Amino acid sequence: MMPSFSYVRPGTLQEAVQHLSAKGAVVHGGGTDLLTCLRERIVDVQKVVSIQGLKDLYGVKETAGGGLRIGALTTITEVAEHPVIRERYPGLAQGAAEVASPPLRNQGTIGGNLCQKPRCWYFRGDFHCLRKGGDTCYAPFGENQFHAIFGSGDICYIVHPSDTAPCLSALNAEIEIAGPAGRRLLPAAEFHVLPEDYVMQETWLAPGEILTAVRLPPPPPGLRSTYRKVRARRSWDFALAGVALALQFDGDRVAGGRVVLSGAAPVPWRSRPVEDAVIGKTLDRQTIAAAAQAVVADAEPLAKNAYKIPLFRGVIEEELERISRP
Amino acid sequence: MKKKQSIASDHRRGWSISRRGFLASAGTGAVAMAVSGRIFASPMGNKETAEMAPDVLSKITLHVNGHPHDLLVEPRWTLLHVLRETLGLTGTKEGCGRGECGACTVLINDIPRYACLTLAVEAEGAAVTTVEGLLDGETLGPVQSAFVEEDAFQCGYCTPGQIMSVEGLLRKNPDPSMDEIRMAVSGNLCRCGAYSHIFKAAASAAKNRRK
Ligand SMILES: Cc1cc2nc3c(=O)[nH]c(=O)nc-3n(C[C@@H](O)[C@H](O)[C@H](O)COP(=O)(O)OP(=O)(O)OC[C@H]3O[C@@H](n4cnc5c(N)ncnc54)[C@H](O)[C@@H]3O)c2cc1C
Ligand code: SF4
Ligand code: FES
Ligand code: FES
Repeated sequence: MMPSFSYVRPGTLQEAVQHLSAKGAVVHGGGTDLLTCLRERIVDVQKVVSIQGLKDLYGVKETAGGGLRIGALTTITEVAEHPVIRERYPGLAQGAAEVASPPLRNQGTIGGNLCQKPRCWYFRGDFHCLRKGGDTCYAPFGENQFHAIFGSGDICYIVHPSDTAPCLSALNAEIEIAGPAGRRLLPAAEFHVLPEDYVMQETWLAPGEILTAVRLPPPPPGLRSTYRKVRARRSWDFALAGVALALQFDGDRVAGGRVVLSGAAPVPWRSRPVEDAVIGKTLDRQTIAAAAQAVVADAEPLAKNAYKIPLFRGVIEEELERISRP
Repeated sequence: MKKKQSIASDHRRGWSISRRGFLASAGTGAVAMAVSGRIFASPMGNKETAEMAPDVLSKITLHVNGHPHDLLVEPRWTLLHVLRETLGLTGTKEGCGRGECGACTVLINDIPRYACLTLAVEAEGAAVTTVEGLLDGETLGPVQSAFVEEDAFQCGYCTPGQIMSVEGLLRKNPDPSMDEIRMAVSGNLCRCGAYSHIFKAAASAAKNRRK
């Protein structure tokens, strides 16, 4: 049985924000991650504020500038299957299709997917680690086969669990936020928190703030996007290694774009070395080989996750190959 | 009372709603009432609700297998808990209780979801279908009979969840490919490893349903 909490489902955004200003109040999107965290008592919650009564947070709409606005409550299944997303931003549709299992995708929302808690088993278990306000991290000398090879700052070694976040970051999306101080927009690439900045929070949402939507810019000319996830089994599983590519092609040449890794770091990890290796080039064998070396050049594996080095090389090689053939 | 028939047929099928269980749950405030309930369309069709205090029973109406039920629930009770413990619908199983096994799969507005990760209060206004709801009177529904005919279980613990995932698939896609079938039940684990028979049952259910 879960610990006790009060529950409210407001009808307006303003009321929801008000309810969230109470101590120990938390947003309920689809509830798939929240209920697990409540049951495992890794969050201390007094009030659950369901945003499921907020109609404005549903659905996918085209924006005036030719982009898309995806409401926070749009389910992962809807993102994976939406015809416009599949056509213009296939990488995001592929990322969504790789999340969890079909029932979890039917229930989980895009907003919740971006705000979910990490899966480090010490964090999910009975360990009072740094991320829970304790004074040590158990990963470096423990069971660290699923932990980070980049970006830990030698503080906390989680890998960010979301499969949609790297895609949104690669596609240059923006996160729409509403809160006590009004509305604001944040680039998806700046939405998640590195341990060196603050170890006890995964997103830059301030208390009382709600992620209301994700905004995709109009696809630039020549855009191709993909997402690739490697995992231990085909049924639900988190990424061991993955990559979201959003590259603009000018003929055969890569004119620009972004490369963002999953399963790699505490935040979706932008790989500048891979971007530098491919931008301005055609994706021939030489370029792809160079990119596959570059992706792990500054990786810092732990005792049990060095297998991620050849894995990331392989993922980059195969995905660049795939995207080079439209 | 509309509940009676489904209890009788669950008994016959061995889906074990005991009369005692039902009466016990009725005593804790579960009263099935024939409110003229219309089922809302997806997504959840949730209306706003005032704050419900912790540890206190609040009244909600759930639409389960076509019948409205006025129920008293705590905010922290899951839909799985209420289906089994309050409504006595024990066809829906608890395995892991954390979204990893699929034993608790039900349909909400025709879409498969895990009842263990759904708060009962969140299902208000939605149409919930459990494995008991697939019976047509005393007769098994097409997916249920296909599982029996294809011998698609051993211990049977995962079976109600598998059936609901297949039912959800066929409501959305009446003519699925084998890959689509495999994907549709990929959130339902079977410790007995009856997978190949489960896939076959799904394919034959699809065929029978289209007839
Ligand atoms: C078995 C299992 C496997 C999984 N596998 C994967 C996987 O492979 N890939 C993957 O990406 N995810 C995976 N997940 C995580 C996942 O559940 C989802 O990620 C889902 O999309 C979360 O959405 P939700 O709406 O259910 O979130 P909720 O559970 O409602 O919320 C999650 C968190 O975000 C906060 N939150 C939710 N919505 C908002 C909002 N709009 N504004 C502010 N805060 C908000 C909540 O307070 C909570 O802390 C898995 C989960 C489980 C249980
Ligand atoms: S990696 Fe992070 S979440 Fe895991 S034990 Fe260390 S501090 Fe805690
Ligand atoms: S009991 Fe719900 S998924 Fe296992
Ligand atoms: S039949 Fe035993 S778990 Fe599937």
